[in-house]
Amino acid sequence: MIEFRSVTKRFTQDAVAVNDFSLVLPSRKITVLVGSSGSGKTTLLRMINRMVDPTSGSIEIDGVDVATLEPVKLRRSIGYVMQNSGLLPHRKVVDNVATVPLLRGVPRKQARLDALELLDTVGLSRTLADRYPSQLSGGQQQRVGVARGLAVNPNILLMDEPFGAVDPIVRAELQQELLRLQQELDKTVVFVTHDIDEAFLLGDQVVILRTGGLVAQIGSPTEILANPVDEFVSSFVGADRGKRSLHLENHGGDDLVVDSEGRLAGVLSTGTKAGTRSGPGAAAQGGVRQ
Amino acid sequence: MTWIWSNGDLIWDRTLDHLVLSVPPILLSFLLALPLGALANRYRASRGVILGSVGLLYAIPSLPLFIVLPVIVGTSARSPLNLIIALTLYGVALMVRVVADGLASVDRDVRQSAAGVGFSSWSEFWQVELPLAGPVLLAGLRVVAVSTVSLATVGAVIGVQSLGSLFTDGFQRGIQAEIIAGIVATVVLALVLDGVLVLLGRLLMPWTRKSSSRVLLPVVTPAAVTR
Repeated sequence: MIEFRSVTKRFTQDAVAVNDFSLVLPSRKITVLVGSSGSGKTTLLRMINRMVDPTSGSIEIDGVDVATLEPVKLRRSIGYVMQNSGLLPHRKVVDNVATVPLLRGVPRKQARLDALELLDTVGLSRTLADRYPSQLSGGQQQRVGVARGLAVNPNILLMDEPFGAVDPIVRAELQQELLRLQQELDKTVVFVTHDIDEAFLLGDQVVILRTGGLVAQIGSPTEILANPVDEFVSSFVGADRGKRSLHLENHGGDDLVVDSEGRLAGVLSTGTKAGTRSGPGAAAQGGVRQ
Repeated sequence: MTWIWSNGDLIWDRTLDHLVLSVPPILLSFLLALPLGALANRYRASRGVILGSVGLLYAIPSLPLFIVLPVIVGTSARSPLNLIIALTLYGVALMVRVVADGLASVDRDVRQSAAGVGFSSWSEFWQVELPLAGPVLLAGLRVVAVSTVSLATVGAVIGVQSLGSLFTDGFQRGIQAEIIAGIVATVVLALVLDGVLVLLGRLLMPWTRKSSSRVLLPVVTPAAVTR
């Protein structure tokens, strides 16, 4: 469990990135911090592994204040995946995955063997092991980034807009892959994004932030979509523009799902049941929207 | 031409002398520039001070330096050590800025993610920043190598034997072939050292070979070489 206790971060006297933020991130769940730029979401994420230290307040991991832990050691125990993969361009894929184990003193041979297994885990062919990151596609690089994040088998995985720079099709693939991995691995995932659809798809708990690190709403995707607390949230999730208000139209015998702006959101397939894991989130995703 | 055939041994000896005079300054200037450049890159204040004063080094004219050095260092006036020290100073003057620029050129995202996964700042410097600055460092080192080889010829003027001795001797005795031999041998030596550096770079930085997307050009202006 990760707990933020009235955390404030000021970069300068006037620039408040995060203001009196409190939140419990339950273990083995995906918590998504979502907000536009300037909402302090990345700052919050980086405070967990002490890349940023709070001006006041505290962050605890399983009851231990991270401020009492040595930053480098702490970071080596937490998986970290960032946008554009953040891979080391001068190291082969296998060595990139083995980076943190090597830093922790795992023998080279063992670290490389483990890294090859991790490539399997994230769905990459072992034939890519000896390539350099620049020789991979964006999606492949991102998978390597995830493999590296998992390399020390951390309890916590921090993901900072990890799928932000890949095209929508690859992004959808990576999102499903993450959900599959999470079912297998049961990590405490903190995921930062500015994409509300991504947040609803992945998040067990979604935190919507507004500028200055203020919490607009916390809840499950269902709760937020059904009961947005205010106009900011409605507009952020797209409810105000009718994007989330769907109705059926019958065209030539097929039931089509259409939003109130008249945009096709999808086809009603026979036997669709509510209450699957991605229930309202997936419905909102539609598929035609982008 | 007959002069060259009958003096092959002499040319070879002077080439070896020249090599012994040029290689240590190239290596030393790199080793000295590394911490200075890193420091210059680290803090805004140190950047101005270090780059400013190191730039002044290059403004010192070489002949007065050869006269002053023995007095400061305590070497004898004709010691090859004077030349090696002077060439090292010039090399440092070029190389410090290259090191600072090279380290600054390392992608910020890569540095941040390195810090994020748990590199200490020491291991990040050696394992991430330095290798990634490698192509820029290599470009700078090539300029230093070539300029050092050409500068080393001035040793002849202060009585330190080098390929430059072939020009001075050729002038005094009116042997044109000797002058030409000196010039050609100097150029060849510079090219050989440059080639060795390029080869070394390929061996040490295999990732730069495979990604053709990144083309790195030398950051030192050609004007610096003509000095």
